[in-house]
Amino acid sequence: MTSRTTGGPQADPSPRLISTRARLTVLVAAVLALAAVATAAVLHASARAERRDQARPGGPAVTSGQLSLTPGGRRLVFRNMAWGPHRDELATVPAGAPGGPRTATSTGRKCLRFSASAGTGICLQAVHGTLADTYRATVLDARLHEKAHYPVPGVPSRARVSPSGRYAAWTAFVGGDSYAGTNFSTRAAILDTATGKLTPTLETYAIVKDAKPYRAADANFWGVTFDRDDRHFYATLATHGATYLVRGDLRRRTVTTLHRNVECPSLSPDGTRVAYKKRVPGLPADAPWRLYVLNLSTGRETPLAETRSVDDQAVWSDAAHVTYALPGDYGADLYSVPADGSGTPRRLATAAVSPAYL
Amino acid sequence: MYVADSRATPSAPASAEPAARPGAGRRRAVGPTVLALGTVSLITDVSSEMVTAVLPLYLVAGLGLSPLGFGLLDGVYNGFSAVVRLLGGHVADRGGGRHKTVAVIGYGLSALCKPLLLVAGSLPAIGAVLAADRTGKGLRTAPRDALISLSSEPAARGRAFGVHRAMDTAGALLGPLAAFLILRATVDGYDAVFTVSFCVAVLGVVVLVLFVPGRTRSDPAPPPPAPAEPRPADRPRLRLPATVVRPTVCAALLGLATVSDAFVYLVLQRQLGVPERWFALLPLGTAAAFLLLAAPLGRLADRVGAWPVFLAGHGALLAVYGLLLTHAHSPALPYAVLLLHGTFYAATDGVLMAAASTGLPADRRSTGLAVVQTGQALARFACSLGFGALWTAWGDRSALAVAAVLLAAAATVSYILRPRTTKATASA
Repeated sequence: MTSRTTGGPQADPSPRLISTRARLTVLVAAVLALAAVATAAVLHASARAERRDQARPGGPAVTSGQLSLTPGGRRLVFRNMAWGPHRDELATVPAGAPGGPRTATSTGRKCLRFSASAGTGICLQAVHGTLADTYRATVLDARLHEKAHYPVPGVPSRARVSPSGRYAAWTAFVGGDSYAGTNFSTRAAILDTATGKLTPTLETYAIVKDAKPYRAADANFWGVTFDRDDRHFYATLATHGATYLVRGDLRRRTVTTLHRNVECPSLSPDGTRVAYKKRVPGLPADAPWRLYVLNLSTGRETPLAETRSVDDQAVWSDAAHVTYALPGDYGADLYSVPADGSGTPRRLATAAVSPAYL
Repeated sequence: MYVADSRATPSAPASAEPAARPGAGRRRAVGPTVLALGTVSLITDVSSEMVTAVLPLYLVAGLGLSPLGFGLLDGVYNGFSAVVRLLGGHVADRGGGRHKTVAVIGYGLSALCKPLLLVAGSLPAIGAVLAADRTGKGLRTAPRDALISLSSEPAARGRAFGVHRAMDTAGALLGPLAAFLILRATVDGYDAVFTVSFCVAVLGVVVLVLFVPGRTRSDPAPPPPAPAEPRPADRPRLRLPATVVRPTVCAALLGLATVSDAFVYLVLQRQLGVPERWFALLPLGTAAAFLLLAAPLGRLADRVGAWPVFLAGHGALLAVYGLLLTHAHSPALPYAVLLLHGTFYAATDGVLMAAASTGLPADRRSTGLAVVQTGQALARFACSLGFGALWTAWGDRSALAVAAVLLAAAATVSYILRPRTTKATASA
């Protein structure tokens, strides 16, 4: 439409090889052709959106049913990305048969990112507005009913619930800082679901780096993972171009650096090891991560058998395996690999992301 | 908009430099070439900001990736873009004005990147596409500004650049809105957003090809700003006129004290307690003020001289620093800060190009403008690094106070160093 407002070509001071009429004709033809392509693209995408509501032959079967977040009968809950009426809804499968038929919530709970433990769930979801989408973190009870929600100041990325179900944490990418730029910063929030006390950003915590108090304007936190004691947690701290594994203390409101080059830590069930993505030198700068496991008492790092760049916060399916997402045909697929560096990666489920074991 | 009702008379003489006409009044219209270039920028910015607006969401929600890797590449891209800009400026000047050709290549390259986003499903591929997109942006900027300058009479250049920047910003504001409407209509139709963005970008190239005049011809009436120039092809290409030195030094000095937007918004949010959920809206405030003030301030620059307005714009930035340093928690303060921040851009961005054009021969205008822009960009990059280090060491208030002192000093030095030829009549 804007093309109609061009400065009148008849006012153009320079002589022309082609006439004004010819140029206007070309312009109108171009507008019509481009508008046709654009309209077709929108219609095609819109029709596909409807088609996505139809299950695909060969895809995972999804049926509607009851879904509960209470522990017992080991299950895997995730965001179902398979086409069909339950696309983007939370779905569950038995942990022993992750590729099998899925049960989606009858309440139709849609989440971008999800995590759950001991009867508490955290669902990071988009709220569709008139002129823009906003995001919120919704706390769910064991029957997936909303208990509370909090605004999230950007696109949600990571979610975690403490093993006891009391604390929840989430990370958002906050953009819009620079005109036409691709700079992002992160905000990691921690919520005490018992009291409703929210720490909107971990940047308010005191940082202890190399045993000394540290202040930095460029401190970014992401990827919180909780210890079993409901007091300590681990997370990524990025400052001055380096990333650190930090151990946090919810009572003293401090974080202490432990190890360099650790992103998106995930604490093992016994609390002795951390699985994480490590930026490996020599790999392409924009796909640089490999999965590692760090032994917290010895500081020894073990590379896992996954050879692709993993951009996810892994979860421990048991004491010996980690589960993580990689890009796939329908957004993302879930894979599993032994946590001791042996074996090979195994695909658990297609069209799924944000897994949580219950 | 007020631009439309005040344009050149259709019977304008056939000259690439309307300045040839004597007695040009100060209410002289913005030339059709400027309006055409403004339209191209408006359309192109709708296209590129559509993509920028949905990219984080596409990566996180659509592909399951985190966009953090981009931020780390940003510095590399910016440095690369500065080099490409110099190259684009230099090539555009060769052979007596290939501005349009280089601009078409730049706009075209960026347009071609949009469909590539459809097939780039991984972070490395998307990173490569964005790098190509920035290459296009770097290539086209200097030739485009040279075309604006060459097609405007010297006494109306401030206004021409102001109108262009206003149209450019309008596109930047419309883009995200368009992207959002498409996403709403299609349910996660990122491919539709990229395709529409491509179509819009192609339309921009079509308008550029059809309605922006080609080479500044070596016709019987050579461009008045460089009447004594011999045929451009006969001159040594790499030697720049001395007139480019002072503008570049001034722009770079002031750039060294120009804290990046991200820091301004961060301090605004923290010092003045702007709620987190409004954070993404802060750049819109600056852009809106920029949009509204770019043309009027450009016109003011034509009346009172470009350098006074350019320096006064940095006064507005100094006021931004001052307000951020106060402890007052007035609800109006964030609005005042954003208004002043937008004023700073409106009084400096296009005005600098208008100011630098004065005294640059026509056959090296593109190169000269590229040098000024690159000097300013590199200085601002250095400022970001230094400001971040100061903030880390001393805290945000001290860092801001240092920036304010530096800015005042740089403005004073620039006032002394400023090219004396504030009137456009002294060009060449």
